[in-house]
Amino acid sequence: MTRSMRLVLDVWRQKGPKDPGGFVRYEAPDISPDMSFLEMLDVVNEGLTERGEEPIAFDHDCREGICGSCGVVIDGRPHGPLTATTTCQLHMRHFQDGDHVTIEPWRARAFPVIKDLVVDRSALDRIIRAGGYISIRTGSAPEANDVPVPKPDAEVAMDAAACIGCGACVAACPNASASLFLAAKLGHLHLLPQGLPEKDDRVRTMVSAMDAQGFGHCTNHRECEAVCPKGIGVAFIARMNRDFLIASVASRHEVMAHRRR
Amino acid sequence: MTLDAKVPSGPIETRWQRRRFEMKLVNPANRRNLTVIVVGTGLAGGAGAASLGELGYRVKSFCFQDSARRAHSIAAQGGINAAKNYQNDGDSVFRLFYDTVKGGDFRARESNVHRLAEISANIIDQCVAQGVPFAREYGGLLANRSFGGAQVSRTFYARGQTGQQLLLGAYQALERQIDAGSVTMYPRHEMLDLIVVDGAARGIVTRDLVTGKIEPHLAHAVVLATGGYGNAFYLSTNAKGCNTTAIWRAFRKGAFFANPCFTQIHPTCIPVSGAHQSKLTLMSESLRNDGRVWVPKRALDAGKAPEKIPEPERDYYLERLYPTFGNLVPRDIASRRAKDVCDQGFGVGAEVSGVRRGVYLDFRDAIARLGEAVVRERYGNLFEMYERITGEDPYRVPMRIYPAIHYTMGGLWVDYHLMSTIPGLFVAGEANFSDHGANRLGASALMQGLGDGYFVLPYTVSHYLGDERPVVLSEDHPEVKESVKAVKRRLKRLLSIGGRRTPDSFHRELGRLLWDHSGMARNAAGLERAIVKVPELRAEFYEDLRVPGSGSDLNQSLERAGRVADFLELGELVCRDALARDESCGCHFREEHQTADGEAARDDARFSHVAAWEFAGDGAVPRRHREELTFEFVKPTQRSYK
Ligand SMILES: Cc1cc2nc3c(=O)[nH]c(=O)nc-3n(C[C@H](O)[C@H](O)[C@H](O)COP(=O)(O)OP(=O)(O)OC[C@H]3O[C@@H](n4cnc5c(N)ncnc54)[C@H](O)[C@@H]3O)c2cc1C
Ligand code: FES
Repeated sequence: MTRSMRLVLDVWRQKGPKDPGGFVRYEAPDISPDMSFLEMLDVVNEGLTERGEEPIAFDHDCREGICGSCGVVIDGRPHGPLTATTTCQLHMRHFQDGDHVTIEPWRARAFPVIKDLVVDRSALDRIIRAGGYISIRTGSAPEANDVPVPKPDAEVAMDAAACIGCGACVAACPNASASLFLAAKLGHLHLLPQGLPEKDDRVRTMVSAMDAQGFGHCTNHRECEAVCPKGIGVAFIARMNRDFLIASVASRHEVMAHRRR
Repeated sequence: MTLDAKVPSGPIETRWQRRRFEMKLVNPANRRNLTVIVVGTGLAGGAGAASLGELGYRVKSFCFQDSARRAHSIAAQGGINAAKNYQNDGDSVFRLFYDTVKGGDFRARESNVHRLAEISANIIDQCVAQGVPFAREYGGLLANRSFGGAQVSRTFYARGQTGQQLLLGAYQALERQIDAGSVTMYPRHEMLDLIVVDGAARGIVTRDLVTGKIEPHLAHAVVLATGGYGNAFYLSTNAKGCNTTAIWRAFRKGAFFANPCFTQIHPTCIPVSGAHQSKLTLMSESLRNDGRVWVPKRALDAGKAPEKIPEPERDYYLERLYPTFGNLVPRDIASRRAKDVCDQGFGVGAEVSGVRRGVYLDFRDAIARLGEAVVRERYGNLFEMYERITGEDPYRVPMRIYPAIHYTMGGLWVDYHLMSTIPGLFVAGEANFSDHGANRLGASALMQGLGDGYFVLPYTVSHYLGDERPVVLSEDHPEVKESVKAVKRRLKRLLSIGGRRTPDSFHRELGRLLWDHSGMARNAAGLERAIVKVPELRAEFYEDLRVPGSGSDLNQSLERAGRVADFLELGELVCRDALARDESCGCHFREEHQTADGEAARDDARFSHVAAWEFAGDGAVPRRHREELTFEFVKPTQRSYK
């Protein structure tokens, strides 16, 4: 009933950060269209393991498109051919029998390869660490309904907060910029009244953290938005740039005020 | 051995307040000299590590994912309960307490549950202040919905991504503490052993998953917030990495394991499509509000396209059997009835190993009644997810669903302070057993995880540190060295078996055994068989396992092998516990104990207790201890949903 497919895979294999790495060809016979892309890799890996070869390393966990662990470049496109879909949610019915498929890791200066398809994305954590939070002590929160939030603001904040931190935006960007990732966090926090007291500082420290981590600048290619599995739009980048400008002006004022004193 | 739960006495409403006052405090200046290890960065661990760091302790936080933000809590969809009574529909702390004790089928500790209900409101305050974008009403205030058959609307949610948003709140609080220098983060690190010296928890042994380095980390106290063990069944709704290793290793070092057989099954998951299946995807329970569950009346129609089966040939079995609750019966009942109809040959969908395991969840009538637009607004993202996975359009073709393992109420035994039977070892979140009895209510796990992390651990860990004044060992201590050596020996053994089978092939086989004999319905004969077969499989594992590569770099086969090895031990304990609990309660359904109409029959006279198992050595049968449960505030009754 369900047809089975045979695919040819060119997979990036790299033993470690120092190994130059290269493509290795594998056959994937007997692939069911109902499998997810990662289940297809599982099948290949089971075969490799039985032969005593090291399986292809790739990150994954939830397999439901929410944890942001998975992510490989499939035929040149982060997360593969489907829009708004993580690698784990991509199913083999979108491929044809006999297809050749190229599989590579995210490539970006700030994401060194650890092994095969696994990269080090800890630079994204370091961006959040530089202010991607609201400073509120445990136990000191006011009653939740004391601060109403207009529903439209809450909705747009949620659109931005949907970012899963997978890094596809960085992998797709010709400059390997993390602007969409950062802008999504700033958009989330700055659309809510709770995020406003620290707004100017936050945008300054997080933008400079992004630069320090070796990510490039945004030059409006919009590739990030096209591959984002959560459909987060570049409008958040425009908002971030505006906030950054305001914060920079504000900071100059502060400096001048300080001098006058 | 008598288990002392250290439960306060007196009126239930004031127990936690009084206990907090009685607890020891630690001088702020001394806190920075005290190290606390927190394993796990889910809601429980993330919230706990951030809060302890903020108090001034030196915290070391560990997770096996590449980032703390990816803990399995991220996947929770539906929502989080809190007794805010914003809807003015009669909710209260006492009602949430009552519902949770009853929902747990009277196998949870009253004092713990009441505390949870009390702090539920603080959790929402905390999360909103952190910027969690909960759903709101047009007036700008927080929205609620009713969830999992509750009669009040007390569930807070953020679209279908509640777990994600709550976890990002905790993760950001954690990153703030990392930035402040109070928390040191160790991602891609797996805890492989607990260090116990003179009967107290003194640290852990970890493996750096990138470099393979095995290392001890020593501390004044250790918190395990390592999640549930549902993946023992291989196929479950849990993330692929969820495992039992941390709590299992602690069990082997003396922590008692409570109620391991209390494993929850969720009725609405996407069915297995073939032998390649690697995990199961949950479809939100809310779908049962409008979808109607049915199977063909005649087994020979099972392979037919659903639209070819006319109305009189369809069996809406939940509506038939439970006229009052219909499609909204609790999780355990909906699950068992689905299993029954499929076992009897009425299941639909793909045939996997000779059986069709699926029932229809049909929106045809809802679409006719409400219009497609309304259905799309309510369930659009779920329908989309379903179509992505199955390739079928649920607006045209009924969904197919089947139950799957979802949550584990069992876990390490803890007292009222969330401390295990090993002093200095605290256990929080799904990893402990404490609050849900024999069955967890929807939207209560997120509440418990955050409650433990934000509002219980900061007090109880401080009390332990202030009261016991534990000291940190030196890395040269013989016991530390021995723990490190033992971990290295285990890994070496796994790497050197050189057999033919992959870790996954053993894991699948274990999962099938547990699902068949210790799944939705259990009986003595099946459990006895499994208690023989699981150790046989374990023996084969150590003879025929193949783990390619080495231990000195990223080796995902080795990680998996270690986890499967521990599941192979735990699986046996699950079956032993299910056999020893010779009654039905909540999710634990023993076929020998059912009422005339097939419902679970509890035996309060013999089993109103927690079973806590003590490790007795390899090959020896673990010892079963009990903590008696008394119900002073909620009288045990038989559940009825007819
Ligand atoms: C699909 C799905 C939907 C759900 N929806 C809901 C819902 O709507 N409402 C609700 O209340 N509950 C829901 N639940 C249940 C709930 O999500 C979990 O019970 C809860 O999130 C568990 O949180 P935790 O902090 O205890 O553990 P987890 O979030 O599982 O975190 C475990 C942590 O421990 C770490 N860890 C584990 N082992 C080791 C080790 N050996 N070494 C180092 N680190 C380790 C992991 O890296 C991770 O950081 C859902 C569950 C699933 C599967
Ligand atoms: S594995 Fe979690 S998003 Fe793909």
